[in-house]
Amino acid sequence: MPQPISLAAHEISCQRGGRLLFERLSFSLKAGEALLVTGPNGAGKTSLLRLITGLLPLQAGTFEGGDGDVPLPELSHYVGHLNGIKTALTLRENMRFWTDFLGGDGSGLEDCLAMFGLAGLADLPAGLLSAGQKRKLALLRLFAAPRPIWLLDEPSVSLDAQSVKMLGQAIARHLAQGGIAVVASHTPLKVRFTQELPLALEQLP
Amino acid sequence: MKSAWALFRRDVTLTWREGGTIGTALGFYLVVVAITPLGLGPDLNLLSRIAPGVLWVALLLASLLSADRIFHNDYEDGTLDVLTMGPLPLPLVAALKSLAHWVTTGVPLALLAPLLGLLLNLPIDSFPLLVLAMLAGTPALSFVAAIGASLTLGLRRSGVLLALLVLPLYVPVLIFGVAAVSAASVGPASPWPPFLMLCALSLASIVLAPIAAAAALRAALR
Repeated sequence: MPQPISLAAHEISCQRGGRLLFERLSFSLKAGEALLVTGPNGAGKTSLLRLITGLLPLQAGTFEGGDGDVPLPELSHYVGHLNGIKTALTLRENMRFWTDFLGGDGSGLEDCLAMFGLAGLADLPAGLLSAGQKRKLALLRLFAAPRPIWLLDEPSVSLDAQSVKMLGQAIARHLAQGGIAVVASHTPLKVRFTQELPLALEQLP
Repeated sequence: MKSAWALFRRDVTLTWREGGTIGTALGFYLVVVAITPLGLGPDLNLLSRIAPGVLWVALLLASLLSADRIFHNDYEDGTLDVLTMGPLPLPLVAALKSLAHWVTTGVPLALLAPLLGLLLNLPIDSFPLLVLAMLAGTPALSFVAAIGASLTLGLRRSGVLLALLVLPLYVPVLIFGVAAVSAASVGPASPWPPFLMLCALSLASIVLAPIAAAAALRAALR
């Protein structure tokens, strides 16, 4: 991990399809802190994460973070609802691509596969995996290259209890190394979240 | 550099492994050119006169068949989200994916063209220039197709709309492509001026099209 990292939002607003999801939202995270985003379906959890990644344009407010040279999206790992894995490639080829593309050194590749119990499947096409295994493969992208900010959108969907625990431990380890995590989740994760951001569903007029 | 090579190699591998795409384009090209003489009758003089035009028009259509795949799969499975967050600027990502499309579509089609030229009684001594002109012109096709592919992302049945958007932009390539091959096969003009125009069109598309495609991609991801 490079120098201490931070992530802060100042009075950000988000409008989707003419509907205001949230406005004047602020939070500030230092190295080692984690933010849990909660709220009912449609409250804007995914939109908040996509705002941080730069995929959605900000309507108002600003984000601060990084060290000035590197923009926020390039410091962040984003695992969203879509797994972003290629079914025609094997597990190892998927991992190899993300490592090379995102600029990792590929040293811990085999350990990562083993951590989620995928080591024996490394040479299978990813299309043969179950939904939970595909999710694990998508989460392995977090380890393909070291990036200090993890943005996780419902990371525990279709994972079994054991894997949810592994995921919690992985996030905790990441925080201990001075990383930051922003997690939107309905299921409780074994992570000590320093802050919680409840998003409410705006009442339609 | 490593990221760029990884992306390019992955796209080529995927196209190769998913199969079908290259075979469909080549098969379509073969069939369209093969049935043309059946429709026109066995007039060899006529065939060799229209051969450059038929070969180019069929090539344009065949290369469009796989054009909507340039970004579609990555958009559907969420890979595009992560590609935007990588170390490469988005126009470069678009350029690399267009380049991979050219290698897997434009190059095989250009290499198949002489074989189909035989069916149309194209003079054999114009074959080298036919391949050369097609190799010079097809990058423009792939890069311009990337604009259409990114504009039609997320739409159902995007293929037809893509063809409507992109085919008019192919007209300059068609005109100079046919001019170069005709000049080589029947003369009397030199084929090199239109050939150089093809090179210019490709170079301009390589520089400009990825910028437009990246802007459309950003809009599609919102």
